[in-house]
Amino acid sequence: MKVALFATCLVDTLTPQVARATATLLQRLGHEVVVPPGQSCCGQMHVNTGYRREAVPIVANHVRAFAGALSSGVEAIVAPSGSCVASIHHQQAAVARRAGEHQLADDAAALAERTFELSQFLVDVLGVTDVGAYYPHRVTYHPTCHSLRLLRVGDRPLQLLRAVRGLDLVELPGADQCCGFGGTFAVKNADTSTAMLTDKMTDVLSTHAEVCTAGDASCLLHIGGGLSRLRSGTRTVHLAEILASTEEAVTPQQSTTPAVTA
Amino acid sequence: MTAVFLGIPTAPPGVGHLRGDRSFPDAAREALRDGQLRANLGHATSTIRAKRAAVVGELPDWAELREAGRAIKAATMARLDEHLIALEEQVTARGGTVHWARDAIEANAIVTRLVQATGADEVVKVKSMATQEIGLNEALEAAGITAHETDLAELIVQLGDDKPSHILVPAIHKNRAEIREIFLRTMPGADPDLTDDPRQLAMAARTHLRERFLRARVAISGANFAVAETGTLAVVESEGNGRMCLTLPDTLITVMGIEKVVPSWRDLEVYLQLLPRSSTGERMNPYTSLWAGVTPGDGPQEFHLVLLDNGRTAVLADEVGREALHCIRCSACLNVCPVYERTGGHAYGSVYPGPIGAILSPQLTGVEDNASLPYASSLCGACYDVCPVAIDIPSILVHLRAEHVEAQTRTTPEAVAFRALSKAMSSPRLWRLAQRAAGLGRFLARGKTTLPNALPPPVSTWTRTRDLPTPPAKTFTQQWAEEHRS
Ligand code: SF4
Repeated sequence: MKVALFATCLVDTLTPQVARATATLLQRLGHEVVVPPGQSCCGQMHVNTGYRREAVPIVANHVRAFAGALSSGVEAIVAPSGSCVASIHHQQAAVARRAGEHQLADDAAALAERTFELSQFLVDVLGVTDVGAYYPHRVTYHPTCHSLRLLRVGDRPLQLLRAVRGLDLVELPGADQCCGFGGTFAVKNADTSTAMLTDKMTDVLSTHAEVCTAGDASCLLHIGGGLSRLRSGTRTVHLAEILASTEEAVTPQQSTTPAVTA
Repeated sequence: MTAVFLGIPTAPPGVGHLRGDRSFPDAAREALRDGQLRANLGHATSTIRAKRAAVVGELPDWAELREAGRAIKAATMARLDEHLIALEEQVTARGGTVHWARDAIEANAIVTRLVQATGADEVVKVKSMATQEIGLNEALEAAGITAHETDLAELIVQLGDDKPSHILVPAIHKNRAEIREIFLRTMPGADPDLTDDPRQLAMAARTHLRERFLRARVAISGANFAVAETGTLAVVESEGNGRMCLTLPDTLITVMGIEKVVPSWRDLEVYLQLLPRSSTGERMNPYTSLWAGVTPGDGPQEFHLVLLDNGRTAVLADEVGREALHCIRCSACLNVCPVYERTGGHAYGSVYPGPIGAILSPQLTGVEDNASLPYASSLCGACYDVCPVAIDIPSILVHLRAEHVEAQTRTTPEAVAFRALSKAMSSPRLWRLAQRAAGLGRFLARGKTTLPNALPPPVSTWTRTRDLPTPPAKTFTQQWAEEHRS
């Protein structure tokens, strides 16, 4: 299958290894990956902060970037982010329609139908749970809020993780609790956000996992940023990186490293 | 004559409790420092959450019930005026009197006048959000009338000269030891050997209240529901104090938000199942009191119903936000909210805290008077999942954020940044430049894996408590384009 990769603005700019891992994984599974060059952002941050009018041109850019891919034989668009995919499904058409851009809304809705979060794409569309990965680490999984409640990915990521060779999966207590990221919430309500993060880190650390994984790079940036600040040895690694890992290439890069200065 | 439309009035300032004196982040900061508050709330909310999940889980048709609850409310709101007039007719036909109050000021004046007409200088009260919203107790006090709260938690708040912090359990922020201390300090004749055993505390309150029930001539209540077709009012409670207030005094005055009406008797079937399971985590609440008008020789012989608007019509006018009026005040959304759990109710500055408060208070007052509340959420969506009438709280929060942004007449620095970012993100060429600029941030790290903690605002609000990884030299799309140049 020919698949277009939507890296998402945050992954592309800050954690490119996550997009790389997604591409590597899909190619290893025998699919052709294209990366439409005009892509930037889904518009979620603007919508969720109150700038829904300013989000419209961003949605238009997204539609321009990916509509072309579909006409050149791409059958699915995949993103390593539950939150961005949820925004594509639940927000893009709505903000366009509110602004009176009905054609754009229809186009966005049509693209949304072909857009999948990574774990849903693997399990539901490709029908695989064993992707042939090898990752010899103790791992705990945080089901991010938008994957859990907006996309309803359910236990798909866990099915994928259970099939990874060498991986020791430990259950995360209070898993369904928000990590406190919430986009601009982390900045506008930084103290409450940090209080939530502290409890999430407590639960993560209680598992004695080496790695905390999730399907959203943004939440991992938050949890990982906190763990790193505490000089904790537990690091955050995106689900795509774990699934891309094999016996030949075991060490995906860390998104964050403890900030221990020399 | 030309009519000038000035917009639908919102709840007036200077009366009642819908506005805080500080923004949410400032008030939250103080609450976060209170370790006792956080322990009390963490314990209380996790207990009630588990109870709710268990009793909701045992109903195989919960999803259908929830959808019925949503649909009845939506249909009722579409013809609210007709249902209210039908309600007035029925209540009047059964010997009650209906009063229409545009706002808190009018409602307080009506109730004060009604109490004064009876000659009483004290009233007993059933726990009611509407009367808290309009600041009725203060209005009565100014007229020389003492209001006695009779709900246990509300009594604790009143005796402690405190403010409610939860819509169902107003004293949720207090633990047993603190309650014991309040009772010992404020209850005349409290047993000095009183312990913090819940039963002992309840018995102390009971003795204190009984005396007031027996001598009260006027009671004031709210209402959970009002049935338009029969003129029936409904109060749902756990302690029996409500039943005492609703039956013993000669005069009963009920203050009810106009959104509480349901068209038919049968509709109660749905809500009386949804409400107790969602709020206290019980299959059925201990007391459900229903009355229509007056019954000669039985119960209050004078009944007044005050229908309160106080900004509700303005909420109804907002196509997206009006769903907030469907709320049946179960408090499930507060109990699951990770923000509420940590900050408590006072940080919201309104009698309506938590997720429902964050969408209701700003709409009742006008969003600019509560502008920080729509942002008091990480949009995790837990509130929507538990809401028994399926109010899409996260979507309304996002909508109100936009209403706030679009109400600004002056350009804020944030708006400048978001507009610039919008420009960049809608042009591939500008976006590459912006990404390259962000990538230059790596030089600040001077070879380290994370950026320094001390960066200028607004980045500093992130880096005060979390590290930020050093941006890579090349973005993924850039790397990919270089590898796949054909
Ligand atoms: S918004 Fe829904 S969950 Fe929250 S109090 Fe109202 S009815 Fe209950």
